Parts: sequence; C-alpha cells; structure tokens
Amino acid sequence: MPDIRVTPLGAGQDVGRSCILVSIAGKNVMLDCGMHMGFNDDRRFPDFSYITRNGRLTDFLDCVIISHFHLDHCGALPYFSEMVGYDGPIYMTHPTQAICPILLEDYRKIAVDKKGEANFFTSQMIKDCMKKVVAVRLHQTVQVDDELEIKAYYAGHVLGAAMFQIKVGSESVVYTGDYNMTPDRHLGAAWIDKCRPNLLITESTYATTIRDSKRCRERDFLKKVHETVERGGKVLIPVFALGRAQELCILLETFWERMNLKAPIYFSTGLTEKANHYYKLFITWTNQKIRKTFVQRNMFEFKHIKAFDRAFADNPGPMVVFATPGMLHAGQSLQIFRKWAGNEKNMVIMPGYCVQGTVGHKILSGQRKLEMEGRQVLEVKMQVEYMSFSAHADAKGIMQLVGQAEPESVLLVHGEAKKMEFLKQKIEQEFRVNCYMPANGETVTLPTSPSIPVGISLGLLKREMAQGLLPDTRKPRLLHGTLIVKDSSFRLVSSEQALKELGLAEHQLRFTCRVQLHDSRKEQETATRVYSHLKSILKDHCVQHLPDGSVTVESILVQAAAHSEDPGTKVLLVSWTYQDEELGSYLTALLKKGLPQAPS
Amino acid sequence: MKLYCLSGHPTLPCNVLKFKSTTVMLDCGLDMTSTLNFLPLPLVQSPRLSNLPGWSLKDGNAFLDKELKECSGHVFVDSVPEFCLPETELIDLSTVDVILISNYHCMMALPYITEHTGFTGMVYATEPTVQIGRLLMEELVNFIERVPKAQSASLWKNKDIQRLLPSPLKDAVEVSTWRRCYTMQEVNSALSKIQLVGYSQKIELFGAVQVTPLSSGYALGSSNWIIQSHYEKVSYVSGSSLLTTHPQPMDQASLKNSDVLILTGLTQIPTANPDGMVGEFCSNLALTVRNGGNVLVPCYPSGVIYDLLECLYQYIDSAGLSNIPFYFISPVANSSLEFSQIFAEWLCHNKQTKVYLPEPPFPHAELIQTNKLKHYPSIHGDFSNDFRQPCVVFTGHPSLRFGDVVHFMELWGKSSLNTVIFTEPDFSYLEALAPYQPLAMKCIYCPIDTRLNFIQVSKLLKEVQPLHVVCPEQYTQPPPAQSHRMDLMIDCQPPAMSYRRAEVLALPFKRRYEKIEIMPELADSLVPMEIKPGISLATVSAVLHTKDNKHVLQPPPRPAPPPSGKKRKRASDDIPDCQVLKPLLSGSIPVEQFVQTLEKHGFSDIKVEDTAKGHIVLLQEAETLIQIEEDSTHIICDNDEMLRVRLRDLVLKFLQKF
Repeated sequence: MPDIRVTPLGAGQDVGRSCILVSIAGKNVMLDCGMHMGFNDDRRFPDFSYITRNGRLTDFLDCVIISHFHLDHCGALPYFSEMVGYDGPIYMTHPTQAICPILLEDYRKIAVDKKGEANFFTSQMIKDCMKKVVAVRLHQTVQVDDELEIKAYYAGHVLGAAMFQIKVGSESVVYTGDYNMTPDRHLGAAWIDKCRPNLLITESTYATTIRDSKRCRERDFLKKVHETVERGGKVLIPVFALGRAQELCILLETFWERMNLKAPIYFSTGLTEKANHYYKLFITWTNQKIRKTFVQRNMFEFKHIKAFDRAFADNPGPMVVFATPGMLHAGQSLQIFRKWAGNEKNMVIMPGYCVQGTVGHKILSGQRKLEMEGRQVLEVKMQVEYMSFSAHADAKGIMQLVGQAEPESVLLVHGEAKKMEFLKQKIEQEFRVNCYMPANGETVTLPTSPSIPVGISLGLLKREMAQGLLPDTRKPRLLHGTLIVKDSSFRLVSSEQALKELGLAEHQLRFTCRVQLHDSRKEQETATRVYSHLKSILKDHCVQHLPDGSVTVESILVQAAAHSEDPGTKVLLVSWTYQDEELGSYLTALLKKGLPQAPS
Repeated sequence: MKLYCLSGHPTLPCNVLKFKSTTVMLDCGLDMTSTLNFLPLPLVQSPRLSNLPGWSLKDGNAFLDKELKECSGHVFVDSVPEFCLPETELIDLSTVDVILISNYHCMMALPYITEHTGFTGMVYATEPTVQIGRLLMEELVNFIERVPKAQSASLWKNKDIQRLLPSPLKDAVEVSTWRRCYTMQEVNSALSKIQLVGYSQKIELFGAVQVTPLSSGYALGSSNWIIQSHYEKVSYVSGSSLLTTHPQPMDQASLKNSDVLILTGLTQIPTANPDGMVGEFCSNLALTVRNGGNVLVPCYPSGVIYDLLECLYQYIDSAGLSNIPFYFISPVANSSLEFSQIFAEWLCHNKQTKVYLPEPPFPHAELIQTNKLKHYPSIHGDFSNDFRQPCVVFTGHPSLRFGDVVHFMELWGKSSLNTVIFTEPDFSYLEALAPYQPLAMKCIYCPIDTRLNFIQVSKLLKEVQPLHVVCPEQYTQPPPAQSHRMDLMIDCQPPAMSYRRAEVLALPFKRRYEKIEIMPELADSLVPMEIKPGISLATVSAVLHTKDNKHVLQPPPRPAPPPSGKKRKRASDDIPDCQVLKPLLSGSIPVEQFVQTLEKHGFSDIKVEDTAKGHIVLLQEAETLIQIEEDSTHIICDNDEMLRVRLRDLVLKFLQKF
C-alpha cells in the first residue's frame, strides 16, 4: 500500500527551525530549512543527518521548498546546501529569493562579527546557495520532474510568503508555511482553492487565540504609543526589518498625519530604506488597495519616519523607534532596550511572537530582572506591552483554511504542544478528519489509495454514456471492456477492439438445446404458441416471430420441428451464443416447463 | 473540433475553438486600420482640416460633401472614427465559455464582445496584460471622448453609394458593422470579467479541458496558450518574440507534441531587422535635433517605447543630446511608466536581477529623476509651460487620427527641419500621413516589430513538430508587394491550413481516447494476463460514474442477497438482465487435448469425426455432439443443463476471454 510519510526535523510541537520532510509517492521533499532563535548551539539548525547517514542529500531529496524569508524558515539554508551539501533545486517565490540572502547575510554578520562564532557559513556560501534557487510565481505549476509538481498559493504573512501544494499523480500535500487569513494594511489574505489534498500541514502559532477585531488592536496600539509620547516617554518597538515593520509604519504614519503629531519616529537599520524599495518593486504582492493606488501614492514612501542613528537613543524627549531584531535577542533593539529599560516613563511594545530563550520571551512572561552577559542584572522598569500583530492565522483562520482546502487529514506544526492539542480536537470534531501533531523526529505515516488513470476509447465511453448517465443504484449497469497494458501505458477498449488490435479472431461458442414438448398441432402453431408465451413473460425483451416460422428473443433463436418418431411431440431447438448464456439457459428451463394451455 | 475565424487581421486575431464540450475564444483583436479612412480629430480647432473641400461624384453630385472631404487627392470620412469589429454573426457569442487573451494589443475588442453579445463566461489573462490593456483602452477612450464630434456619418456606408466611392473607401470591408469606440464604463465592466492567471498555471475548464498560458516573449505578460485534454493538445501561438528585449523569454519547449498549432501574430514587417531599425531611429533623431528640429514619435503608451527609452538612455550622452528635453505625452503616461517597474516576475532575467538589488528594472526611472524625460497627461496644462524646442515628443495615437499626435503634426508639419519617425508597425505610414499632405516635415519609417519572422517560425515549427499548422491565409503566400519572395511565407509539412475572416475550419484530428480513473479496489481485482510479449490484458467489468466530466470506474456491486421472507415471487423476477454481457472469446480448441480432457472428466464412448472445416466430437451416450472449428464451437445437446454447463466450462478452459 502506498503512503505519505511526514517527519518534522524542526517545528514539531515547537516554533522555530521549521524543517519538515515529506515522502509522497516515492518523492522526497524538504519543506523549509529554518534556524531556531532560542538556541546558539547545534540545536539552532535541524539535524540533517536524520535524512541520510552516509548518502548525499542531493540523491535523497527531490527538492527543497522555502515558504518565506523569515529566518526560522530559511536560516539554515546555506548551512544545509553548502556545508552539509545539497545541489538539487530550491524553490521559493521571487520576493523571497530577493530578500532571503539579505537577511541571511544580516544573520551571519551578527553571528560571526558580533558573537565571534567560528565555523559559520560565509557570504560566499550564501551566494552559492542562492544560485541553486529556482523562483516560482503564484499558481504556476512547476514540474520538478516528470511526476512531481508543485504550485504556490498566496499566504499573506510577509511579502512573498507562499503556501505550497506538492503533488504526484492524484496524491497531494499542502504546506502552509506561515499565513494570515485576514488582510491587513499592506498584505492580502491567504487563499487556496478546494484542492482536497491528502494532507494539509498547517502552522498553528496561534492555535488557541481568537484575536479580537484588528481595528481594536490597532486603536489600542496607537493609544498606548500616543499616551507614552504625550508624557514624554520613549517607545521601543522591536521588529524584524521586513514584514510587521512595514505594517506598523503605515499605521503610525497615517496616525501621525491625522493627529498632526511632531514626536520623531525612527527606523533603526539601514535595511529599512532598502526594505521599502522591495515593497515598491514587488507591489503586486501587496493588498488590492495599495496596488490600486500606487501610481498616485506609494504607501511605502514615508514622510514621518526617518532613519535612526545610534546617538539618537540618548536624545531627550519623546520618540518612537522601530528596531531590529524583533525578539530582543541581539542587535540594536536589545541595545536600545538596555538603555531605556530603567525608566518607567518608557514603553516597549512587542508586536509579535517571541521564541523561548529570548529576552523578548522573558519580559513577556513577567520577568523583570534579567541576567545579561557578564553577570549584569538589568532591572526592567519600563512598561512592557504585548500586542499580537504577527500576521499568523488565529484558530478561526486555521479552521477557515482547513475548510477551504478540504484535506483528508491535517498535520500541525509550528506551534506549542499544549495549544496544538486543543486545536487538534477542534479540527477532528468539526471536520471529522484525522489530525496529527508529531514531535521533531517523529514520523507520521498516512496510507493512501490512489486510483489508476487509464485511457478509455472514446467509442466505448460514448456507447456506455449513451445508455444513460445516471447509474441506477438498485441495478447498476456494468461496463465491459478489456484493459490493454503495453509499455506501461494503460488503455481500456471494447472487447471487439482489443481482439482487432491484437489481430485475434473471435471464437464463437454456441449452444443448441433440444426441448421436447407435447403438442400434436402443427409446427407453425407450436411456434406461434411459443411466441405468445414468451412475449407475455419477457416484457422487457425483444421477442419476434419471423416469417420463416422461427421465434427470436434478442439474438436467441427458437425453432419448432416435428419429432421424428412421435407426432404428438414437437422438438424446440433453442440456440444461443455464449454471450447470451444467462438468457439462453433461462429460456430452455422455461420452455421445458411446457406451454400454457391455449385458450380453446 | 472546429475553428471559427472571426477576424481576418493576422496580428489582431479573434478565433473561436470548439474543443470537446467547450467553446473557447482565442483573443479578441480590434482592427483599427479602419480609422485611417477618417479625418484626424484635432485637439485644437484646425482651420486647415475644417476648410477641406467636400467630395462630389464625377457627375458633380455633391450630396455626400458633408460626410466626405478631400485632401490631396484622398477622400476621408468626416466623422467620429470607427473600428472594424470581429465577426459577430458567424457563431452565437453568448455560447462562448471562456476568452483567452494573449497580449494587451489583442484584447482591444473585449468590451464589444463581453458587453453586447450576451457573453456570460470568463476571461483569462495575465496581470500585466490586464493592467497595460486597461491603459491602452483608457487612452483610446480618452482620445476619442475629449474631442466630441457632432457629426456621425452613415450615408456613405450605404452599399449602393459605397460602390461609387474612390479607393480605399470603396474596398473597405463590412463597413456596416463598424462601430464607434466604447465608453470607460464598458471598459471597466469588461475588465471586471477577467480572471488573472500566471504563466504555466493549469486552469481547468469544466473538468473537460485544461488551458495554460506560456510566456511568449513579445510584451510584458504576453502569452501563448495550450488548450489540451489528456489525449489532445492544441497550441495557440500569438505575438511571440525570440529577441531579447524586456519581457521574459518565450517558452518554446511546452509547445511540443501539439496535434494542432494555430499560428498568428507574426511580424508585420518581415524584411526589417528590429535592431537595425532602432539604430536608424536613434541616428535620425539625433540628426534632426542637432539641426534644431523637433522629433515626433507616434507610439502606443507601452511596449516598444520602454525599449526605445532604454536605448536613448544609453545614447543621449554619447550623442550630445543631454540638454534636449524628451516628452512623453499620454493620459496614461505616468501609469505606464510606473507599472513597467512593478512586474519583476514578468521580465527578462537581467531586469529581474536588478529588482533583487533592489533597483528599478527600467532605466527610465533615472531619466525621469534627472529630468531628462518628462511626462504629461496631455498638451494642456503643465506641458504648455514647460514646452521647450527643439525636443523629442513621444505621443499617440500611431494612426495619427486622434490623440495629441494630431496637434504636433499640424504644428510641425510645415517645417522641413522637423521629423516624424514611425516605429509602430500597425499602420501604413503613407496612409497615416495622407490627411496631412502636403507636408514639409521629414518622414522616417523605422518599424520595430519584434514578433517572429518566417525564418524563426520555420525553425520553431521544426523544433516543436506539430501534426498540423493552422494560420491566416496571408501567411501561406508571399506578401502582395513582394510576390517573388517565396521565403516570406510559412513552409511546413503537411502544408498549413489557412483561414480567412468568417470561415469555419474543421480541424483535422479525431479524438480517440478519454481519461478514466480506475478505483483502487477495482484495480486490485483485475488479473492481467500476458497475451503477447510485453502486452497484457485484463477484462474489466465495472460501474461507470461520470461527474463534472470526470469518469471513474468502480467495482461492480456484490449481488444483493436473495430477498428473504415469503414474498410471492413473480415470474419476471427470474428473468436475467440481458445487459449483463459475457466477454468475447478467442483462441482455438485442439481436438486431441479436448478429448483427453473429456476423458479425464469421466466421459467415455467418445467418437471424433473429421469434417471439411474441423471436427465433430460425439458423446454417443449422452446424444450430444460438439462441432469444433477454427473459430467456432457448437455444443448441441438434449435439454440436460448439468451436462451442458460441464461441457461449456471444459470448452472455456481452452479459450481466452476478452
């Protein structure tokens, strides 16, 4: 029995280090190749030795698919392809291909230059890795080989994020990556057609959250920022350079404009301007409103938001600073945080999910005394706010996507085990499908039973369809044909055609039975009596009395003859071919019972 | 399978393909050459045009002088220009299921089709095609609507009168079906029926047919289409290019193995080399400007203009033209320049790489930034303040019948210092210029048509090997003006089938197979037997289910248990269903072995007689005889069913079932 096997190497009951192996109809696909923000040791990358101990990855994997540019989905890619060694194709969308190397380089710099790590991938490796990338467009069917095809769907979440359908023959798996089911200020909502995959692998970051209306959240956010600025405090918003940053920038930009506020807004890294360029050039990936109006006004040209300089952090007076990275685990956002943490007038707003082990996660879980490097203890007096602006689907959104795609089963990744458990129950109840949530290294096996496509000759099909389209459930009609298997091609043709094609003659098998009847009348009269008898019983059949005196039922021939010895007995010769076996046999039995007395 | 040909224009095609149960329209091009018969629509009142003399018949009858005007020996209709629509009577257009658009030039008749024929289907096109197509339509509507013309001439269209008119009016076809331009409202409604698609996207039509757009290399988002079922494939090639300009290269490999290849949209100027023309364009432009003259380039607001601007970007400084202003005037100039920068995914590799940096893919962004190129919605407003001469003006419409270009023709036509350079190949430049004669201005003809030429076509056809080629009749003979150039026509084997306007072609292939799915349970029950080396057979008896044009074979149901209970049986309950067919038989029965088998099964007293064609096996005891011949066996017995069935089964052992 064929089956689909799924093994998460990362993101199994966890957020971070997304990397999922899928085997489908003999093809092996790796979905995402991420790093874990919560670890700095071996555990930050997936354990690729699981895939194959001795062989080359290229021989084992048919392709790698990257869903979007976030590092927890692509951060291990140069390590995987250049240091472990993989030369096969890597698929991602155009915006992902454009932005991914920049984030990888950024990540490399922090790891090597700032933390002084050795044995990390180099800039050249990032370049070499990106050479293996094949860019895909939305809805394009990419033929990886003759059998394996993949197709990208819009996922929202960040610029260029995509969900992928992986398909071999009639079997398919959909992997969502990270997605968002509600359109926001700059991106559209994820969408997929009713593709009925065997398995839907979905993220479940917000498996238990049903987020309140977005507008409330935004109002709340603006209110908090506004209040802090009004009382002269500083607002730190840790973000990743691309993604939520643009969303919140658009939000603050329009608010500043409307309220005519003067406090400066800064964006920390040099990446920003570049990042905004990407948004302008890939504007077809943003939401409809932005696309429609971009000629008149490009939403990614900000008037109020300016580049940040390190020295500004010590400036007196209120300000709002967007700084990277988003989980306060390193870099500029952490530096500014350390500077401002001591003042209760200030505020830090965490707009997204924080992985365990990061400073962001610690302060969100209520820790107010943080141990920093060099045994320093940092006391956090500033206000800490959490607002979920991450563009992940919430529980409602996940259910919505399951409803859209109508999978035969669901597998949860990229979430916390406890929350997954809740969602799993909900999905199983509502959709009556199996739902799995394997841990890292654990394999889920799904049996499948693919149907077999064959070519049916049009003549046979049309003959059959002409008999009536709707099958009668009580008495279904049977289609008869011959399946010809030749050079692994399958064709279903009528038996006659099969004989003809193979140059074979039909062998006719015929039966003739003698049935004796007591009847002293003439043969012709006997035949007439047989005719009316059969006619009265076989109402659905074609019964005919031919001029030569014989009677036919369909193609069965009944002839009456005199008995050579007994004039009071007539012999009925019933003759039929093998194809009419049932009816012929039935007729002889029927006639043997004799004819009803003729009305005198 | 049939092809209904609704347009006779080879580069602005409109065909309807009936394939399986679907009706697919391939493009809806609008033939705008009809507008050449009309007087230009000036933006500013033109005394010259309004004082043209009316035309009168040879006998002096002047009843048409309000409708027809004469200019330098040519006669023009003084009316709102009209367009020649695709044929609307050949086929009921409300039965069209989908319209496939291949590029923005081939969709200009869309509003006429979707808004006025009862069409209720879906239109498929790529995003750049729709966005730029919208711009072209917007510009057209704007050009026509901003100069309202009171007069709408119709007298001249009367068949009896048209006969009397001079050429080319006399020979204009289907003038009664010519229509005025649509409105913006109709454009919006038509465009709202478009579903966006991407290259290599497989789109299912009613489960019966799959259509796929492929990159055609001609323009931003331009596509060829594959229309296929599991066993048949039609390729539709329209406006393709193998030159490396800005769009993504043409996908040729996917056209392979077509049963039929419909070929339209080849170059209109097969003798001109586009690269050479661009060079000539630049040098003529520079020459004129250096001599203090102005250059007018009548053009569409998108397409070749991007390439021209790119060439000029590289050429300006070296030619010493840095101080010459370049103006691009169109109601959609700004949108066109902006849109060109956001379709990274539809561009050639070089331009894509620039976007990854991230930089704008087209250098006209820099020309605008450095103020070398300025764009305006029209000559009114800001332009009149900024206007400096000598200068270069890019503006529409290439027919010279409407748009801002009319103004510049009137303004610059009298001076021999100025030059008009024709780059768009859609209109004959001599005809375009006719209503402006006499003209002192220099006229340069540098048509740039990047579409396939005949050498490229024959190479393409050799590579993709379609079984049949269908094309407009113009491609099956040399151009009329160059009748000796046998190389300027399609040369393929078997010869291409040609079509002309209002013809219906029966395409030469017969469908023979259809896909059907065998459910796994049924597949498991099949027992294939090898009949010949490499060929196996299995007889299949199954229930056919058909839904949404998809066919599935399921295992036959288990026979229902005989009804229990004491219900009285009716006689008819026993009657077998004659629809339960037995398989056909094949093979032959070797007599000796057959007799041995009979003996093994307890028959004795067997006698074999030879006949002319075979043998007769007599079972004397049972008064039964079996005639065995090469291709038939006949069992004749008394009514002993048990015996008959035993004999039947023994015979069947020697035969194969089908």
